[in-house]
Amino acid sequence: MDKTLKLGTSSTAKRRVQRLGYGLMTLAALVTVLPIVLIVVHIYSQGLPAISWEFLTAFPSDGMRAGGILPALVGTIWLTIGTAIVSVPLGIGAAVYLAEYAADNRWTRAIRIAIINLAGIPSVVYGLFGLGLFVLFLQFGTSIIAGSLTLAIMTLPVIISTTEEALRAVPNSFRVVSISLGGTQWQTIRRIVLPQALPGMLTGVILGLERAAGETAPILFTVAAFFLPRLPSSIFDSTMALPYHLFVISTQVPGMPVKIQYGTAVVLLSFVLGMNIIATIIRSRARARRQW
Amino acid sequence: MTTAASPNTPAAGPGQMESQAPNDQFEDTKIRIQGLSVGYSDGTESLQDISLDIPANQITVLFGPSGGGKSTLLRTINRLNDLADVVSLEGRVLIDGVDVLDPKLDVIELRRRVGMVFARPVVLPMSIRQNLTYGLELSGEKDPGQFEEAVERSLKASALWEEVYDRLDDPAVSLSGGQQQRLCLARVLALEPDVILLDEPTSGLDPISTGKVESSLQKLKQEYTIVLVPHSVQQAARVADYAAFFLNGQLVEFGMGKELFVHPQDSRTEDYIEGRFG
Amino acid sequence: MRPIGWSEVIITALIKVAGYSAIIFVTLIFTFLLREGAPTLFEVPLEALAQTRWYPIEDYYGILPLIGGSLIVTFGAALFAVPLGIATAVYIAEIAPRWAREILKPLVEILGGLPSVMLGFIGILIIVPFVREALDIPTGLTAFTGALILGGMAIPTIVSVSEDALDAVPKTYRDASLAMGATPWQTIWRVTLPAARSGVLTGVMLGVGRAIGETMTVMMVTGNAPVLPTGLRSLFSPVRTMTATIAAEMGEVANGSVHYHVLFFIGIVLFLISLIVNLTAASVVFKQRKRSERILS
Repeated sequence: MDKTLKLGTSSTAKRRVQRLGYGLMTLAALVTVLPIVLIVVHIYSQGLPAISWEFLTAFPSDGMRAGGILPALVGTIWLTIGTAIVSVPLGIGAAVYLAEYAADNRWTRAIRIAIINLAGIPSVVYGLFGLGLFVLFLQFGTSIIAGSLTLAIMTLPVIISTTEEALRAVPNSFRVVSISLGGTQWQTIRRIVLPQALPGMLTGVILGLERAAGETAPILFTVAAFFLPRLPSSIFDSTMALPYHLFVISTQVPGMPVKIQYGTAVVLLSFVLGMNIIATIIRSRARARRQW
Repeated sequence: MTTAASPNTPAAGPGQMESQAPNDQFEDTKIRIQGLSVGYSDGTESLQDISLDIPANQITVLFGPSGGGKSTLLRTINRLNDLADVVSLEGRVLIDGVDVLDPKLDVIELRRRVGMVFARPVVLPMSIRQNLTYGLELSGEKDPGQFEEAVERSLKASALWEEVYDRLDDPAVSLSGGQQQRLCLARVLALEPDVILLDEPTSGLDPISTGKVESSLQKLKQEYTIVLVPHSVQQAARVADYAAFFLNGQLVEFGMGKELFVHPQDSRTEDYIEGRFG
Repeated sequence: MRPIGWSEVIITALIKVAGYSAIIFVTLIFTFLLREGAPTLFEVPLEALAQTRWYPIEDYYGILPLIGGSLIVTFGAALFAVPLGIATAVYIAEIAPRWAREILKPLVEILGGLPSVMLGFIGILIIVPFVREALDIPTGLTAFTGALILGGMAIPTIVSVSEDALDAVPKTYRDASLAMGATPWQTIWRVTLPAARSGVLTGVMLGVGRAIGETMTVMMVTGNAPVLPTGLRSLFSPVRTMTATIAAEMGEVANGSVHYHVLFFIGIVLFLISLIVNLTAASVVFKQRKRSERILS
């Protein structure tokens, strides 16, 4: 046997290890992803038959075992809008500060650590905080405003970090040119940086709101109502909400028809997936159109 | 590297160049720099005790090896250095007798009067027309007539009008590199500044585009004071009315372009011009 | 005509306030948790809290079973999520062809966005009965079931942070390894993954941290029995986590009662756990950035 042959055999063994390793990684990726697909397909196949105009526009009846989900749907829309009103300006403002104004010093590092921590606080702890501050201390009661504020603070880190990333992606030369033409810093941000970063910011905002729309724990003690026979008429009313409604009808109501459970799940899933898809479309279209 | 200097250059300059420019060297001094030192936060001192008078309605060229402090000087004149990590700043930069380093100075007004063109053409992500009116809009101008006038005037002055007058609303990125750089020049001209600073404006351009920019500058100097950092010694020699040679943050030599490139006083200038270093 | 006017000053000030809002909110959160939770320390002796019996109706406030429940569910989740998450990240970053990456990344993102209540719902209807029958145990509402789903919820975080870290490994490392005759597989194991390890570790910590804080899913599928887990066997019996306890009981307690204060006290414990996990992860990130800045400058 000469040397070349030996080299050949050992490399076949190596190749076998490699093939095995690659196979395992591929399998892992499949094990991770397949359940997601199955869950989504399963929920749609079971739940779509329950969806009808009446299901979306009627109040629950017969102890929620019949009828529709209108108040929960409306409540979630209100909460999402309320969350957006608070968290979008605040989050974008914070991101603009970090990306455009903040010097690299101890305070800025403290802000970043605070944001990382906000992102990690368990959602149920946000619920406790909302109860303590908004519901009790500020005496908003269990209300849309208390729930929205709680969700908004929880959503803030997502919006800040994605927006900051979008702002930092705008080439610095644009800022220098604008300043050199006699622009103030804010003029530069408003006329150049923000418009260029807009698609990235929108994507971040939608992903943040998507999370808020699906959350249950933060609204448990701040806004969510088990059942209400009417729609909320002011921001100081409590309201039903889709995620909490799904929780209620899948654990708290005996003899609940599965069809209505799946139907509710489909609506919630569509709400969340729809936002996700919109965000993805905005992102990919902006990438295609980008001039830099 | 070939040299622009003529072959009969004397072997060495006779004496040390007086780095302090004599007072009232020019009838019409536009920018007077006095004892200017600039240091950055990373410890490098970028400019050391520079004194220099820049005449009005001439092209003054700042040349020398990279890292010599030319760009720093340009960016100090229009206070663009405010954006950088400057830790020490001494001396004065007077434009028409006003110290522009004064913290109380209105920098926005200064930058409008002192326009700047950068090495790479950076067109803003908008239409050709909007690029030109951007500066005016920032200053609060709203009259569409003013915009129209500025667009045509500035494009003609930068020799771009013929090429783009029929597609002013196209995105500016659709222009070629040379056209983009002339658009950047026009964008500065639209503001009708007094002084134009150009930092290696032709470094990325082909010879034909470079020629167009250079000939525009020759016309523009009748109305403007032009300070140019060239991208080569050849360009420096071609366009300079006056030239200043910078080395390691120091002003080595300053004089009439015709003189300096033919009879440099300092041996370091000569070495550089003849391509022995840098 | 003057652009620097009051409006610019006001806007800049507002932006700065927004910038500091994150610090304000973290402080507010901690303050209000303390305000409502600290009275516990005057009402319930520490020894009583460190007991194994949680039965608030009769004033038993031993929180050990709740902490144990959270730990065992999280531990179980990590058991699934860490290897699967890292392997998926490696597959996406190093092995997958472009088309597969384009499909996998958004799918993992979708998993990250699925509401926890929806996974709890699927858990109740499908996974709980499946676990009961497959393992032949009296109930499928177990720590194991919770861990299974929580693991799935931790995976997206682990994948995305690890994948970023793998992407950040300079291509030259890989080329050097391949040039020395290593196979791509050896390169992944011996060069790329070790080079990305602090990023991968951050991802694991953040993912597992998310699992500790998860509420709705565990409340729906783990059976909610406040029993102190005693070993691996407890993985297959019902448990109750800290988060589920707060979520399940806060709605029924009287404001200002001892029970109410204790629930907030548990909230403080959760807050501190997430604080530690995230500060550690953040320090890794900052240290790394410093190192790269040093190399670059």
